[in-house]
Amino acid sequence: MWASILQHAGRHALLCGEALALAILVGAPLAALGAHRPALRAPLLAVAAVGRTIPSIALLALLLPVLGVGTAPALVALVVLALPPIVVNVDLGIRGVAPAAIDAATGLGMNARQRFGRVVAPLALPVALAGVRTASVEVIASATLATFIGAGGLGDDIVRALQTDDLRLLAAASITVAAMAFAAELFFTRAARALEVRTS
Amino acid sequence: MSYLAAHPLRVALALGAHVELVLGALALAFAIALPLGIRCARGGRVAGLLLGALGAVYTIPSLALLALLVAALGLGTLPIFVALVAYAQFVLVRNVAAGIGGVDAAEREAAIAMGMTARQVLARVELPLALPVIVGGVRIAAVAMVALATLGGYVGASGLGTLIFTGLALHHPDEIIAGSIAACALAIAFDLALRGVERLVSYRSSR
Repeated sequence: MWASILQHAGRHALLCGEALALAILVGAPLAALGAHRPALRAPLLAVAAVGRTIPSIALLALLLPVLGVGTAPALVALVVLALPPIVVNVDLGIRGVAPAAIDAATGLGMNARQRFGRVVAPLALPVALAGVRTASVEVIASATLATFIGAGGLGDDIVRALQTDDLRLLAAASITVAAMAFAAELFFTRAARALEVRTS
Repeated sequence: MSYLAAHPLRVALALGAHVELVLGALALAFAIALPLGIRCARGGRVAGLLLGALGAVYTIPSLALLALLVAALGLGTLPIFVALVAYAQFVLVRNVAAGIGGVDAAEREAAIAMGMTARQVLARVELPLALPVIVGGVRIAAVAMVALATLGGYVGASGLGTLIFTGLALHHPDEIIAGSIAACALAIAFDLALRGVERLVSYRSSR
């Protein structure tokens, strides 16, 4: 039993890690670009707000007829689910940087690029990480549903346990997913706190 | 869309069952969360423990929570109903507590100075002022519940999930699409409607 859970947990973690990395890679630059450009920011945040309300199982199911069965539709769905909290929090973080800090950086002779790299980004990071934390918990939970479109992961064990009435497998798989979500939450909370201390 | 055109009644019935399930669970969840939230707003160790425990329930992935409840309660509407009520507690209790906690101490003191009892302060000052935050919690909970309720289709409860899971099992893309889009539309409708209520009550209380 544990061999199966371990293998599925590995697959689960890999799928979630990939989705989260892709979502950060796409979402963070977009939100950073949009933070001070209303023409980009307004539609971006509107789409993020709608994206937050879409049920994950509906999104996964919708991609099935388009992308077929397997990892690809699951990965796309998880990236889409991870994007809204990341976009919203990167935006919030950047706009929350005190104007005085930016003025001071300009006064020190920094150019726009240095200002972003040395002042804005480090100050915005804790808030941005809170968004990554929310996204990670959501992705880990939603990835269990990816079993319904054949993407594997710990959802396989939960579904199999339900079908065979195997309480031990059910408990073990459920607790493993919950523990992964909890660990991700703890990790990103700690990371945000550590960075906050360093910057203040 | 072709599925909707061919089976409008099936989609409408599934939508109706879905709304009924969500509203029923939301009503019960709120009835439980309101006293718990008021208790949590008073602070202390019990409040911390309670919020921590509810937060832990909230971190359990929904499919895992539902599976555990099916093992305990059997198939049908009951496990999904219990899952919905349990899952909503964290958001609802947290927002009730935050709403009451955010009431200006001066308002509370003014009410006490006017001779109100603790009960009157709660009913006439604290709860009305906390209303926008409480409605915000109801909105977040309702949207999450619309999503979670679709999983009911997997454990034999009726709702839009029935269309999605039947479609997945029988390879009917049209049925999957009809169920999924209806679920998205319902979630967005709940979000917009409760945003409207939120705006209405915050306008009232700021006057």
